[in-house]
Amino acid sequence: MDITLNHYLVLSAVLFSIGTAGVFLRRNVITLLLSIEIMLNAVNLTFVAAGRQYAAVDGQVIVFFVMTVAAAEAAVGLAIIIALFRHRESLNPEAFTSLKW
Amino acid sequence: MGFETVAFYVLALLAVAASLGVVAQRNPMHSVMLLIASFGALAGLYILLDSPFTAVTQIIVYAGAIMVLFLFVVMLLNVGREDAAEWDRSHPLNKPAARRLGAALAVFLLLELAWAVWHATTREAVGLASVSSGGVSSVAAIGRSIFTDYSFQFEATSILILAAMVGAVVLARKEQE
Repeated sequence: MDITLNHYLVLSAVLFSIGTAGVFLRRNVITLLLSIEIMLNAVNLTFVAAGRQYAAVDGQVIVFFVMTVAAAEAAVGLAIIIALFRHRESLNPEAFTSLKW
Repeated sequence: MGFETVAFYVLALLAVAASLGVVAQRNPMHSVMLLIASFGALAGLYILLDSPFTAVTQIIVYAGAIMVLFLFVVMLLNVGREDAAEWDRSHPLNKPAARRLGAALAVFLLLELAWAVWHATTREAVGLASVSSGGVSSVAAIGRSIFTDYSFQFEATSILILAAMVGAVVLARKEQE
């Protein structure tokens, strides 16, 4: 049986679900950021697969921009983690709830 | 089964297994390593989709730059294994009602995914191999698109990167007393 666009979309849905589960289940801010990266990659896969199906390069151009945003997000996110770790000596998000009402 | 089918299933299995490992691991160092494996598998899938440019960018930018940044922070903070007892104590969703609701939603999501897998494998659809790729593998076409149709967005990302760079430096700097 041939591989169709559906196969790629389902794989992407599975990867996105794994990333979502990671964000909900883990108590370590670094792993939360890694789970977000899994979700971004799942979305990238749909863009490339759809671009291939409809013979358009726009999918890959958008993936290029998503990668830029992911790099910016990782840099700022990790800087925030370093700053928080310096104050609280912990990576558990429950340690950073002083702004919570 | 052709080469493409076998390659797709092997790479898809690798990507899903590595991603599950990232979420299941309690040691952040192993999580980062497994995520790099997952990105490698995705790069292989991009090659199957006739997108060599994206595959190479995936390896260079994601596996090469972003993951090294993560590894650097994991090593800098020297974080060890996550404590399971602390997880039980501090997880905000670890309450009987939230647990039941979460389990119900998770089962619902798994059913949906199973339904999607069943449809994707049984429904008649044209295989990607027989769809014309129309030059999506051409790096020249991608470059032309970025610098003509998407030139404004491209310039906007340079501002974004600059802002992220300044932000990262300001945030990670030690405060002077």
